[in-house]
This record gives sequence, structure tokens and C-alpha cells, in this order.
Amino acid sequence: MATMKNEIDFLLHLADNALIIGHRNSEWCGHGPILEQDIAITNIALDYIGQARNFYQHAAELINRHPIGIDITQTGNDIVLPATEDSLAYLRDVREFKNLLITEIPNGDWAHTTLRLFLLSEFEMQLFTHLLQHPDAQVAAIAEKSIKEVSYHVKWSQDWVLRLGDGTEESKQRMQAAIEAIWAYTGELFIQPEYATAACLNYAAIQDVWNKKVSAVFEEAGLNIPSKTFIQKGGAEGMHTEHLGYILAEMQYLQRAYPNSEW
Amino acid sequence: MEQAFEQIFQDKIDREVRIEPKDWMPEKYRQTLIRQISQHAHSEIIGMLPEGNWITRAPSLRRKAILIAKVQDEAGHGLYLYSAAETLGISRDQMYDQLHTGKAKYSSIFNYPSLSWADMGVVGWLVDGAAIMNQVPLCRSSFGPYARAMVRVCKEESFHQRQGFEILYVLSKGTEAQRKMAQDAINRWWWPSLMMFGPKDDESPNTIQSMKWKIKRFSNDELRQKFVDVCAEQVKVLGFTLPDKDLKWNEERGHYDFGPINWDEFWQVVQGNGPCNKERLDARKKAWEEGAWVRDAALAYANKKAKQKQAAA
Amino acid sequence: MSFQINKLYYGDYGESKNGAADISTNQTNTAEWPLWEVFIRSKQGLDHKHAGSLHAADAAMAIENARDVYTRRMEGVSLWVVESKHIHASNPDEAGSLYDPAHDKAYRHPTFYNLPEEVKYM
Repeated sequence: MATMKNEIDFLLHLADNALIIGHRNSEWCGHGPILEQDIAITNIALDYIGQARNFYQHAAELINRHPIGIDITQTGNDIVLPATEDSLAYLRDVREFKNLLITEIPNGDWAHTTLRLFLLSEFEMQLFTHLLQHPDAQVAAIAEKSIKEVSYHVKWSQDWVLRLGDGTEESKQRMQAAIEAIWAYTGELFIQPEYATAACLNYAAIQDVWNKKVSAVFEEAGLNIPSKTFIQKGGAEGMHTEHLGYILAEMQYLQRAYPNSEW
Repeated sequence: MEQAFEQIFQDKIDREVRIEPKDWMPEKYRQTLIRQISQHAHSEIIGMLPEGNWITRAPSLRRKAILIAKVQDEAGHGLYLYSAAETLGISRDQMYDQLHTGKAKYSSIFNYPSLSWADMGVVGWLVDGAAIMNQVPLCRSSFGPYARAMVRVCKEESFHQRQGFEILYVLSKGTEAQRKMAQDAINRWWWPSLMMFGPKDDESPNTIQSMKWKIKRFSNDELRQKFVDVCAEQVKVLGFTLPDKDLKWNEERGHYDFGPINWDEFWQVVQGNGPCNKERLDARKKAWEEGAWVRDAALAYANKKAKQKQAAA
Repeated sequence: MSFQINKLYYGDYGESKNGAADISTNQTNTAEWPLWEVFIRSKQGLDHKHAGSLHAADAAMAIENARDVYTRRMEGVSLWVVESKHIHASNPDEAGSLYDPAHDKAYRHPTFYNLPEEVKYM
């Protein structure tokens, strides 16, 4: 039973990551710096919403199959049963969300947005690669599908880090400022959540590859990795920044205001 | 000489031969097209805003994904249309400048606010419905790039109206509050969507030229009537009503009669006094201005890399 | 022959005397990303077909943008992009004699052909 609870929590962690970063990226829709890039970042948002749905659906299936004895929430509130992708996305509160903090901080400018995506998707690339070996075939299948999308996100965001890092004086400054602002949230990527118990996961190895890839891109772009290494963490355990509450207030408003309705 | 070309040109049009960018064309034809295509493109881009407004509040993950895809499609449609206009010798930046300075217009419907989730349904059903009715004939527009862009647009647009109707259909089967929400949205959007077809034909004396050039194939009133006829039937499926006490089937005409349109309101909105004119334009200007350093950086980077490549060769 | 046009052409767009068409259309804006033409191979075995155009800062970005803009519904298996300024076009038929006949015929120029180093003085 403990294993099942862990797997469900881990699926929710992955789903919440995808939903919240998808939500953030979708805020750009209609406001991008040029039409072509507006379409590009919206595509990425759409990929993430798709991933979130896959993970939530699988989590819901497991929850419904094993409803007894599973207290999957941190606050003691029971999950609404039967669970659906929407009950999981729309009817849990801040303390129950398990997304990484890096996904919920505000978009900032284009440099912040593309950098965050680069740092996150390089991590996802490694994480999902490990998940290909997951004993639950469904998890492995979702990972396989997601990798195709993530590899494009890596390429797209990396190109922007290079362009802005090595573009104009202003863009370099903005990209460096983005690094200073976001760096503190990268440490959390490699703290293995206690529910991430699948044997295929090796966070130290993920961090190792991530470090190499990120340093290589920063070096090519002439960008510096901050020397201070303080780590902001807690998201995976439900300890969030204040930003998440606003995201959920907006996202969940209809489901909360008109309970038990079909949409 | 000029007249001979004019003759050949009109003859091609009459024979339904498409005009391509490098063909000879009357200057007025070119200008008319640039104006129409660019304004159509602006409408797609501004049209992203009232719906984009609901992406972060969509009530289910499925709806969220559909809405994102739809708004993104509109960006794509804007892009196809700007590209078609660019074949006539104007740049996209120039067209943006016209939009941002208020010289170019866009469809007035997008100057109305989207206030509830039901608006996403109504925008899809009525606004996209009216747009499709306007746009399908444009797939046969005499200007090749415009016609081709419109074929692409119409192909993609078909799901837009369906998803809108589906939203309303679900609401119509829902709770009392949901039904109220939907009826309210229909009441707010019905008249503005009728205005989308433009002024009455007898107030549009020069439609003839545009028809002769086959830029336009049906008159405003013809299309509007067709739209009313279709919607008056569809609204019954939803179990809602259209906010027009004069709406009545006319056996003799074989069409629905409908009440008078408030043209004062129409002209007010066209002239910039709609509820959201300022917000819409400000949002676009903000995106464009705040994106300037990004565009500059990408270009600087591309030039730098091209030079490095050249030096290495 | 002149036309007086003050119609609302497509639906309700307000007509304005100084609309987009009235500005000079020949000025170049150096800050604008170049225009690219996109060609898509819809499935293996078919030719690449012109799909449309877009703006991008460089070729790599043009490919990425083309993927996002023109293959959102999985329309293709392969993409080509070429900067629009490199496209040379033949002249339309009946007005042909009015155009500079050599202007759009790059293939008439010997330098158009890349010959192997060994073939000198051809």
C-alpha cells in the first residue's frame, strides 16, 4: 500500500509540475514578442497541459482502484472520489499541490520565461528518460510520449538562452538577471521527494547530466552561474511560494464557484 | 496601354482566373486588398485577446487545451493573412504600425468584453459562425494568396464553431446558474455579431466595384440574412432564445425577419468608443513594445553568427 | 480609369482614408526579421509543396517556427525553408515584355551553376 501511495503522489507531482508550468506559459498567449514565437510558446503550453492530463488520468485511475487506506493529501482532506483529471487539478488546494517551485514563479520577461523553461526541460529530459524503465508500463509510456515533446522544448529554450545571452548588451543583461533570479529554484530539482521511490530514479545522475548540459550552454552564451548556492525548496512537499495561491484561485474559480457542474 | 491592361485584368477576373502577386493589377485593387487583408489579419490577432483572457480560467483540462489550441489557431490565421498581404509589397511591421497608431481597423466585435465562461461558447458559435459565413466566399477571392490563406483558415476554423456550440450545449443541459450564464452571453453577443457583417447594402454604394473584382462575392445583407436563418434554428437545439422580439419566420420570403440593428452603437464602437477598444489596442502595443529587445537580440545574434560563419569560410 | 472606394470591404472593418495601403510600401525596416518561404513534404514520396511564409531571425529559427506554425496538425514529415529574397520567379505571361526580361531569370547567369573545381573556363 505504501508503494501505491508513493506512486500516486509521484504521479501528482509530475502532473502538477506540468499543469503549473503549462499555466504559466499559456499566460503568454496573445502577448508574445512576435507572432511566430507567440505560437511557439503556446504550443509548449499545450504540450504541458497534455502531459498533465496523462499523469492526472493515470493517478485518478490508481486512486479509484485503491481508494481505501489512501490518504494522499497532506492536510487530511480526503480527495474527492471518484477522482478524475479535473477533480485532481481543480479541487485540491495549495498545500496539496506537489509541483516544484520553479514552475510557479511568475513569468517575468522573455529571458526569465525561456531560461526557466530551459532549466526545467533539461531536468525533465533526464527524469523522463529514467522513467522509461518504470515498472508501471503506463508511466513509462507517458514518459516516452513526453520525451518527444520535451526534446523540442529543450532545443527551443536553449536556442533562446543562446540568442539572448549572446545577442545585444541589453539581452545579455536581462538573461544574466534571469539567471540570478531563478537559480535559487534549481536546487530543488535534484532533491528526491520521499515518495519518488521507483528504483529507476537516480537524482544524482540527473543532476550530473543537467550540470554538464547547462554549463555548456551558459559557457557558449557567455553567461555566468551564480556563486551563491542557497536553495529554495518545499514545493514537492506542498510548501509553496505565495504565487501558487493566485494561480489556483484563477484556475479553479469556476469549479469552486459552481460546484458539481459539468463543463 | 493602362486601359488595355485593365481590360485583360478584368477579363481574367471574369474567367475566374486568380490574380497572383506579380501580375499586373490596378493600383486601387492592390490597395483595396492590402487594406482588407491586413484588417482581417488584425482582427485575428486582436481576436485572441477576449478568449485568451479565459485560458487561465477554463473550467476543465479538456476545455483548457481546446481553448489554447483555438487561440493559437487565431495567431496562425493572423500570420497566414499578414503573409498574404506581404506579397503585395507591404511589410508586417508597417501593418502593425497602422494597427498600433489606430489607422487600421479590425473587427469591432472584439471590442466587447468576455465576461463569463459562456462567452467562450457564444464567441465560438456566433462570432466564429459569422466569421465563417464571411470567410467561406473569400476562399474564392480573385487574389491567389488571399484565397489560399483563406482555404487554410477555413479548414482550421471549422472546429472553432463546433467547440463553441458544444460549450453552450453542455451549459444548456447544466444547472440553472449555467443556463442563466449562457442565455446572458447570447443576449450580449447576438446584436454585435449581426453587426459583424457590416452596414446595410443600401448604405454601401460601392460594393459593386468590390463584387466586380470578385474580392467580395455576397453583399453584407445577404450574408447577414443567411446567418440569422441558421442561428434562429440552432438556438432551438440549445433551448435558449435570441434577444429579438421581432424575430419571426416569414413564409413568403423564406427567411427569418429580424428587428432593427442599433447602428449608432456600431459606429460608436468603430470609432473607438466600444467598451474594450483601448484595452485591446494597449495590450497589443504593450506586447509589441516589450518584445522589441527580444526581436533585436535575435537579429543581432543571427547577424553575429552569419559573420562568424563567413569569417570561418 | 479611377475608382472611388469607401466601402467596408470585409464585414465591419471601418474604412479609413489613410489605411494600410496608403503608406509607401518600399521602405525597408532593418529591425524586422527576414521573411522565409516554407515548403512541406506531407508524406514520404511526395514533393515539398509551398505552404506559406513566416518571419524568423535565422534559418534554424525559421525551421522551428515553420514546425510550430505550419505543422500544428501534423501536416508534414519534412520541412524546407528559404529566405524569400532568394526566390527568383518567372514573369507572368501577358505583361512579360514590360518587365526587365533578365531580372528574374537567375538561371541565365553562369554563376548560378556550381560546377566542380576541375571544370574551369566553361
